[in-house]
Amino acid sequence: MVMDPKIEVKELSVSYGSKPVLKHVSLTVPREEITAIIGPSGCGKSTLIKALNRMVELVPGAKVTGQVLLDGRDIYGPGIDPVEIRRKMGMVFQKPNPFPMSIYDNVAFGLRILGLGDRRKLDKSVEESLIRANLWEETKDRLKENALSLSGGQQQRLCIARALATHPEVLLLDEPASALDPISTARVEDLLKDLKSEVTIVLVTHNMQQAIRVSDRTGFMLLGELVEFNGTAKLFEHPSDERTEAYITGKFG
Amino acid sequence: MKERLRESLVILSLRVAVAVVLAGLLTVLFDIVSKGVGIFSWEFLTESPRQGMTAGGIFPAIVGSVYLVALSLAASVPIGVLAAIYLVEYTPQGRFLRVIDISIRNLAGTPSIVFGLFGLGLFVNFLGFRQSLLSGALTLACMSLPVIITASREALLSVPNEFREAAYALGATKLQVVRRIVLPNALSGILTGVVLSSSRVVGETAPILLTAAAFYAPTLPTSPFDRVMALPFHLFVMATQSSNPLKTAPIQYGTALVLLLVAVGLNAVALVVRAKRRRLKVW
Amino acid sequence: MKPKKQATSRKAVIGPFVERLMKSLFFLCSAVVILVTLLITLFLFREGLPALMQVPLWDIFTGVIWQPPAENPKFGVLPLITGSAVITLTSLLLATPLGLAVALYLSEFSRSLERDVLKPLVELLAAIPSVVFGFFALVVVSGWIHGLFGVGTRLNALNGAVVLTLMVLPTIASISEDVLNSVPRDLKEAAYALGATRLQIIRRVILPYARRGIAVAVLLGFGRAIGETMAVLMATGNAAVISLNILTSMETMTAAIAIEMGEVVFGSLHYQMLFFLGILLFLISSAVNIIADYIITRGRLR
Repeated sequence: MVMDPKIEVKELSVSYGSKPVLKHVSLTVPREEITAIIGPSGCGKSTLIKALNRMVELVPGAKVTGQVLLDGRDIYGPGIDPVEIRRKMGMVFQKPNPFPMSIYDNVAFGLRILGLGDRRKLDKSVEESLIRANLWEETKDRLKENALSLSGGQQQRLCIARALATHPEVLLLDEPASALDPISTARVEDLLKDLKSEVTIVLVTHNMQQAIRVSDRTGFMLLGELVEFNGTAKLFEHPSDERTEAYITGKFG
Repeated sequence: MKERLRESLVILSLRVAVAVVLAGLLTVLFDIVSKGVGIFSWEFLTESPRQGMTAGGIFPAIVGSVYLVALSLAASVPIGVLAAIYLVEYTPQGRFLRVIDISIRNLAGTPSIVFGLFGLGLFVNFLGFRQSLLSGALTLACMSLPVIITASREALLSVPNEFREAAYALGATKLQVVRRIVLPNALSGILTGVVLSSSRVVGETAPILLTAAAFYAPTLPTSPFDRVMALPFHLFVMATQSSNPLKTAPIQYGTALVLLLVAVGLNAVALVVRAKRRRLKVW
Repeated sequence: MKPKKQATSRKAVIGPFVERLMKSLFFLCSAVVILVTLLITLFLFREGLPALMQVPLWDIFTGVIWQPPAENPKFGVLPLITGSAVITLTSLLLATPLGLAVALYLSEFSRSLERDVLKPLVELLAAIPSVVFGFFALVVVSGWIHGLFGVGTRLNALNGAVVLTLMVLPTIASISEDVLNSVPRDLKEAAYALGATRLQIIRRVILPYARRGIAVAVLLGFGRAIGETMAVLMATGNAAVISLNILTSMETMTAAIAIEMGEVVFGSLHYQMLFFLGILLFLISSAVNIIADYIITRGRLR
C-alpha cells in the first residue's frame, strides 16, 4: 500500500438528485506522482476528480458521502470551508477556459483573490508560473493582450499557469488535452512530467496511451465504480479484473 | 402552380398586414414630429410656462421627469440587480423560485393605474409622504422592478459557466466570483435593462397621476417631498383641460415630441447597445 | 514551496461573515418582489373592501348606472366593465391578426435584412408612451373616424380601440415570433423531407406546435389592453354607459379611476369604490397571469 498518501479517498459516493454517479470509491493518491483515472464516458471519472476539490457540490442537487482525506484531514469534515480546500488545489478543465481578461490578469487572478496586491510580487509570480507552464517565451511580450487571442493549446497552458500561480499542493486535470492537437498534447504531457516532482497530479483521461505515457498509477472506472487501481505498468500489462482487460483491449469504450 | 399562387397570396397578405402596422407607426411619428418641430427649440426646452400655460416652455416638466426617473432608478436598480444576483448565483430551488417568478410576472402585468392606487395607499397616505416626488418615484420603482430583474437575470445568465467554474476552482468565494467575473461581464446587459426601464418610466402617467404630479408647480422641486411637473402629465392635462386649445396646440405637440424623442430615443439606444454587444461578444 | 501570505489570515476570519451577510442582502432584495406584490394586494383590499359594507356586492355587479357624484350615488360597475370589454375586445380583434401576421412574416418569410429593420420598428412602436397615443387619438384619429363614419360622438370606443391596437400588437407580435422561432428544426426538416410545401408546414406543423404560445401571446395582449389607462382615457369620451355601438363614448374601469380619484374625498365611499375597481383590475390581471402560466406549464408537461 502507499505510505503517507497525499490524498486518500474512502467510500466516496456521489449522486445527482436520485441518480448515483459514484459508488463507494476508495483509492489513494501518492505524493509527487501522476495518478491517472481512465474509463469510458459516463463512468464518473469527472465527478471523482471534481469531488476532490469540492467542486462537485456546486452542482445543484449533488449529494456527497464518504471521506476525502488531504494530508490526513477529511475535506468534507464539519466546519471545513471548501474555498480553503480549493485554494490548495489547482484545476484544469477539459475545454480551456481562460477568463476574458489579459494573459497577465488571468495568471494573477488566483493571487489577487488571496489578497496579494503588490505589483512587483505579482509580476514575479506571473512570470514564474508562465515559465513553469512553458508559455513564457510565447507570451512575455503580449501579457496585456486578451487571453482569448491565444491558440487552443496556448490557452490550455495558460490555464495550467493560472492554476500553478498559487503554488497548489495538488493539480487536478480533467481530460486536459482532449480538445488539443497532438503537438499541444505532447507539450502538456511533458509539462506534467516536469511538474510532478513539485505537485501531486491527478489526471482524468479517456486516452489510454496518455495514461501509459505519463502516469505512475492508474485507476479504471466503470459505471461509477472503481474497478481496479494499480501501478500503471501492472494495470495495463496484467490487469486483475476482466472488465479492465476488456476496456484496455478495446472491447468497449 | 396553384400552390405557388397560394403561397404568393399568403405572403402578399402578410406583407399588407406588416405595411399596415408600419403605416400606423409612421403616421404617429410623422404627425407628432411634423407638428411639434415648429415649436421645438432651445427656448422651448429651457423656459418655464407663461401666461397660464398658454405660452412659454416646458422646462419644469423636463426637470421633473428627470428627477422622477433618476430617483426611481436609484431605488429599483440596486434592488433589482441584487435580486437577480441572488436568483442566478445562489440558485434557489423549488418553492421560493416559483413564488418569485410568479410575483415578477404578476407585477409585470399589473395595470399602471393599479400601481397608482398602490402608491396612493402606501406612500402618499400610509407612510405619509403625501403627493410628492418621493411617492411618485417609489411607485415607479416598484413598476420597474420586473424589467430590471428580468434584464439583469438574462445578463448574468449569459456569462458562460466555464468562467465561474474556473474561478471557483481557483478558490474564489462566491462574492469574488460575482464581483470579479460575473458582474463585469454582465454589465452591458444590465445597462440595457436600465435604459429600457427608463424609457418606460419616463412615459408613464397613471402611476404619477395620483402620487406626484402637479400641473403647475411654482418652483422647481427642492426636496423629495415636493410635487413635480412631469412631461407625460403635462401633455395629458394640456391636451384634455387646456383653457385655450387652439393656442396651446403647438405646446401640446411640442411636449409630445419631446416625450417621444426621449422615450423612443432611450429605447433605440438600448437596442443599439444590445445589438453591438451581440456582435462584439468575444466568447 | 508554498509562500506564506499574511493577508489571508485576516480575510479568513472576516470572509465567511461578509459572505453570509451579502447572501442575506441578496436574498432580501429578491424577496422585495414578493413583498411588493403582497403590499399591493394588501392596500387595494384595505382601501377597497370597506366599500362593500355600504354597497352590497350584488348591487355593484348588476347596477347599470355609475354615477358616484350624484345626490343618490350609484355604483353599478356594469357600464365600466362593458366599456372595458368592448374597447379591449375590439382592439384585440384588430391586433391579433395583425400581430400574428407580423410574427409569421418575421419568422418564416422575411429576409435577414428585412428582419433587421422590421423588428426594431415593431419594438419602437412599443416604446411610444401611452399618453402620446392618447393624444394622437384625441386630435387626429377622432377626426378620421368622424370623417369616415360621420355619426356618433367624436370621442368614442373605436377611437380608443384603434390606438390600443397599435399599443398591443407589438406584445402579441414579439411573443408569437419567439414562439414560432422556437419550433424545433428537425420537425420542419422531417416535414420538408416528406415533400410538404411551405404553407403546409406552417399550417400543419408550425402553427399547431405554436398554438399554446400564441394563445399566451394573445392572452398577455388582452391583459395589456384591459389595463391600459391613458390612451383610452383621452380617446374614448368617458361616458359610463352600456352600449355595443363602438361609435359612441364609453368609459373603462381604468379611466374611471384615473379621472375620479383626483376629486374624491379621502376615505369617502367614492374613494373606496375606486379602490374596489382597482381590486377588480388587479384580479383580472392576476387571472390573466395565472391562466398564461397554466397554459405554459401544461404544455411543458406534455
